[in-house]
Amino acid sequence: MTSPAAEAAKAHNHPEITPELVAEHGLKPDEYERILEIMGRPPSLTELGIYSVMWSEHCSYKSSKKWLKTLPTEGPQVICGPGENAGVVDIGDGQAAIFKIESHNHPSFIEPYQGAATGVGGIMRDVFTMGARPIANLNALRFGSPDHPKTRHLLSGVVAGIGGYGNCMGVPTVAGEVNFHPAYNGNILVNAMTVGLAPADRIFYSKAAGIGNPVIYVGAKTGRDGIHGATMASAEFGEDAEEKRPTVQVGDPFTEKLLLEACLELMATDAIVAIQDMGAAGLTSSSVEMTSKGGLGLEMDLDRVPQRETNMTAYEIMLSESQERMLMVLKPDAEDNARKIFEKWALDFAVIGHLTDSGRLVIKQHGLVMADLDVPPLVANAPEYDRAWETTPAHDAVPLSQVTAPADYGRNLLALLGAPDLCSRRWIWEQYDHHVMGDTVQGPGGDAAVVRVHGSTKGLAVTTDCTPRYCFADPRTGGAQAVVEAWRNLIASGAKPLAATNNLNFGNPEKPRIMGQLVGCVQGMGDACAALDFPIVSGNVSLYNETEGKAILPTPVIGGLGLVEDLAHATPMGFQEAGHSLILIGETKGHMGQSLYLRDCLAREAGAPPLICLETEKRNGLFVRAQILQGRIQSCHDVSDGGVALALADMALAGGMGVSVSLEKIDLPAHAFLFAEDQARYLVATTQGEQLLKDAVAAGVPALLLGETVPDEVTITGLFSLPLSDLKTAHEGWMPGYMAHP
Amino acid sequence: MKAAVIVFPGSNCDRDIAVALQQSLGKAPDMVWHGSGSLPAVDLIVLPGGFSYGDYLRSGAMAAHSPIMKEVVAKAKAGVPVLGVCNGFQMLTEAKLLPGVLMRNAGLKFICKSVPLRVERSHYPFTAGYDKGAVIHIPIAHNEGNYTIDGDGLKRLQDQDQIVFRYCDAAGQVTPESNPNGAQDNIAGIVNEKGTVLGMMPHPERVVDPLNGGLDGRRLFDGLVEALS
Repeated sequence: MTSPAAEAAKAHNHPEITPELVAEHGLKPDEYERILEIMGRPPSLTELGIYSVMWSEHCSYKSSKKWLKTLPTEGPQVICGPGENAGVVDIGDGQAAIFKIESHNHPSFIEPYQGAATGVGGIMRDVFTMGARPIANLNALRFGSPDHPKTRHLLSGVVAGIGGYGNCMGVPTVAGEVNFHPAYNGNILVNAMTVGLAPADRIFYSKAAGIGNPVIYVGAKTGRDGIHGATMASAEFGEDAEEKRPTVQVGDPFTEKLLLEACLELMATDAIVAIQDMGAAGLTSSSVEMTSKGGLGLEMDLDRVPQRETNMTAYEIMLSESQERMLMVLKPDAEDNARKIFEKWALDFAVIGHLTDSGRLVIKQHGLVMADLDVPPLVANAPEYDRAWETTPAHDAVPLSQVTAPADYGRNLLALLGAPDLCSRRWIWEQYDHHVMGDTVQGPGGDAAVVRVHGSTKGLAVTTDCTPRYCFADPRTGGAQAVVEAWRNLIASGAKPLAATNNLNFGNPEKPRIMGQLVGCVQGMGDACAALDFPIVSGNVSLYNETEGKAILPTPVIGGLGLVEDLAHATPMGFQEAGHSLILIGETKGHMGQSLYLRDCLAREAGAPPLICLETEKRNGLFVRAQILQGRIQSCHDVSDGGVALALADMALAGGMGVSVSLEKIDLPAHAFLFAEDQARYLVATTQGEQLLKDAVAAGVPALLLGETVPDEVTITGLFSLPLSDLKTAHEGWMPGYMAHP
Repeated sequence: MKAAVIVFPGSNCDRDIAVALQQSLGKAPDMVWHGSGSLPAVDLIVLPGGFSYGDYLRSGAMAAHSPIMKEVVAKAKAGVPVLGVCNGFQMLTEAKLLPGVLMRNAGLKFICKSVPLRVERSHYPFTAGYDKGAVIHIPIAHNEGNYTIDGDGLKRLQDQDQIVFRYCDAAGQVTPESNPNGAQDNIAGIVNEKGTVLGMMPHPERVVDPLNGGLDGRRLFDGLVEALS
C-alpha cells in the first residue's frame, strides 16, 4: 500500500486499545474480554466501534431480552411479530397493517427539533422498509414540570420537529398523548409510532439471501452526524448532556419522501431480496442484521459509499447515523431497473458490496481491510444479562376518609379541565397535518384516532397509552393498565382490538429498583395482553433515562391497533344530539389512590393505583363492542384520568352538547363517584337506553343511567351547572397561555 | 373534460386531489411527473399541495422553475384553467401567474385546522358551485400562508374582484380574529385578472366526503366539472 490516504487510514484504524478507549465505547471490561476471546486478537478501531454499537443496550436489548421473551406475541391475526423492522397484522381482504413505536428520548432532550424529527423519520422508515405506505403517525410525549425552565423550549421544539417531518412526508399525525411531571425534567420522552398499509402477500423482510447478490446503498449520502447515537442512547446523561449535540442526527424529510416513493415503486416490481433501513448504528447494524439473519457473509467496499464529507474514516462511515438511507439486497438481474427508479427520484444508488458464504463481515477502504469480523457473535454472543431486580414495595391504599371533597365542585372540575395533564392538546395537534391523505375519520382529541383504509369502508383505530404514575406506584398494575387503557380506547372508537406495540422507557437497569420496575411492567403487560388476545408484535426499549442519577417514572407506552370493519361503526366521543341517555358501564368503587384528583387538587401523589381485573375489562369491553355493533351507542368514551367527571366533560366539549346528570342513585360520596379512577369503565350516550340497560343485566355488566344530553350546559344536580363555554375556556386555555409566556 | 395533476418531488396532496377530481369527473386525471417534457391537452391543470423540493429556498420557488412549469405557464396564458392549492398557490405566485407572495404564518407555526371561508365571487369556472357570500368550511394546513401584496396590488385585486375566498368567522364576518395566518385582507384565495387561474391556501380536496369533514370542497370540483365539460 502506497497511497497516503491508505497509510493514514491504516494508522487511524490501529490505535492502542486502552481501557479508556473501551470505556468510551460504552463497553464494560468483561464485555471487552469477551470480544478478545471471540476474535482471538485485539480489534481494530473500526471493529471495536462495530462491536460497541451491536452490543449496546439499544441494539442488543441485553438487559431486557430475558423479560421481553415472556410477552405474548402470537395470534391468528399476527403475520410477523417482533424481530423485524415492525410488526405485521392481518386486517382482512388481503391487506396488512404494519406498525411500530420507537423512542428518540436522548436526542430530543439535547436538540428537540432534530431529535423529534429524526425519531419520526426513523419510525416511518421502519414501516416502509417492510413494503407499507405509512398512513398514520402518533406520538407519546413526556415532559418535565411546566415550571421547569426548559420545558417550554423542549415542548415547542419537539412539537415543531414532529410536525416538520411528518407534515412534509404527507402522513397525517392523528393521535398521541402528553404528560408533564418533574421526573422528566432532565430526560424527556419522545416516542413516535407509525402505522402503514401493505398488501399481505407483498411484505419485505431483512433476511439476506443469495451468495453473490449485490448489496445496494440507497438514499441520502453519509456524513459525520449521529456517530455513536446508539451508544449515547445506552447511557445516563451527566452534566455534559449539551456537549452531546453532535451525536444528534439531522433530518431531511424531503429526501425521505423521495426515498419512500422510490422504495414503494421498486417494491411493486420483483427486484428485492431483502431490505433494511439504516437507523440506529447505521450501516453497521443494517449490514450485520441482514447477513446474520441470512446466515451469510458480506464484503463491503466503503469507497463506494456515497459520502457528503471528505476524508471520512471507515470507523465514521460504519457508525454514522445519517438519516434517510437504506440497504438492500437485490436479485442479480434487477440492478439496472432499480437504478433507474432511484435516479428518477434523484437519490444515490450504489452497489457497495456483495453477499458471501464466509459468514464474515469484511470491510474494505482504500484497498485495505479495515474490519474482518465473524458475523454470528455480533448478534448471538451479545451479552444478555439477568439483572438483579427488586419488587417495588406496595403503596398503602388511600382510604376515602382521607380524601376531602371539594368545596366547590364546579370550580374543581374547571381546575382539572385546565390542568396540564388533562387540558386540551389542540395547541400541539394543530401544528400537525392530521388531514392529509384524505382518510382521517376521527382525528386527534378522541379516544383512538380512526383512519380509513384507502378506497374501502373499513378503518384502522390507533392509540397510545400509559399512566406512568400508576407504573411508579405499582409496576405490574401499571403495565397492565397501559394495555387495558389502549384496548378500551380502541373499543370505544368502534374497533376490534388487534395487536399492540410497546415502548419501554425506564431508568438505569443496573439499579435493582429500576430493573424491578421494568420486570413488573413487562409482567403486567404480558398478563393483560394474554387475557385480552392483544399480542405485542413490535417494540422498542429505551433504558438509562436518567440524568445525574434521577430516573424518569417508569413509562411503558402501549401503541394499540384495532380494526373498524365497517366505518359505520366508528363511534365518536362527542355527544351528538340532545335527549340521548348517558350510561356508565362498569363498576365505580371510589378508588382515589394515584388519581389526578388526589394529585392535582389535594397535592398528594399517594396510594396504590386502581386495581385491574382483566376478566372484568374483557367482559365490559366486549359488551360495549357488541352494543356498538348493534348500533345502540352514539357516543362512547373510556373513563380514565380524572374519572367520570372528566369523561363527561370531554364528551360534552367534543360534541358541543351539554349533559344533565343526577347522582341520586349513587351510594358513594359525590367526589368519589365523580373523580375516582376505577378501571374497566366507559361512558356511553345512547338513543336506546332501556334496551342497553336490559342487555347489560343479561350480560352481567354493571350499567347505570346517569342522565341525558341537553343543550349548552353541564349540570350535576345539586352540585353545579356550568355553561359549555366556561368548560371550553378552562380546557382550551392552559396550553396556549403557557406557551405564550416564557 | 380532462384534467392533469402535476406531481413534483415532495408533492404530497397529489393523490388526494386526484381522488377528489375522479369523484366529480367520473374518471382519473392524468398524473404528470414534473420531469416529463410535455403536458397532454387538458381542460384543467392542477398544482397540488405538499412540500415540492422540500420547500427549500422558498415554498414553491424551485417548482416554479421546474421544466414542466414553462408548459403550465404557456397553457395558463392561453386560457387553460389552472388550480393551485396550498403549495400549488405558492408555485403560482413564484411563477408570477398570480400576484403577491405567501409569507410565513404570522404566528410562526404550522397550522392545520378547518376554517370558515366566505366565498367572495361565484364565477365560472372555479366557484360556480357556490353562492356569493356563502360561508364554507375547508381545512388549511400550511406554514407559509400569509398572503402579502403591496398596496396598489391589493387595490387592484379588490377593484377587479379577484379575491375569491376570505377567512371569516362562523357568521361570515371577516375579522382579524378569524384570520389564521396574518394574510392581508384575510385573503385565502385569489384569481388572475381573467379568472382562469385560482390559487388558494385551504384544501378543498380534503372535504369531499361526509365521513371525514363534509362536502364543502366537493362543490368546487363539481362546479368545475360542470363549467368545463
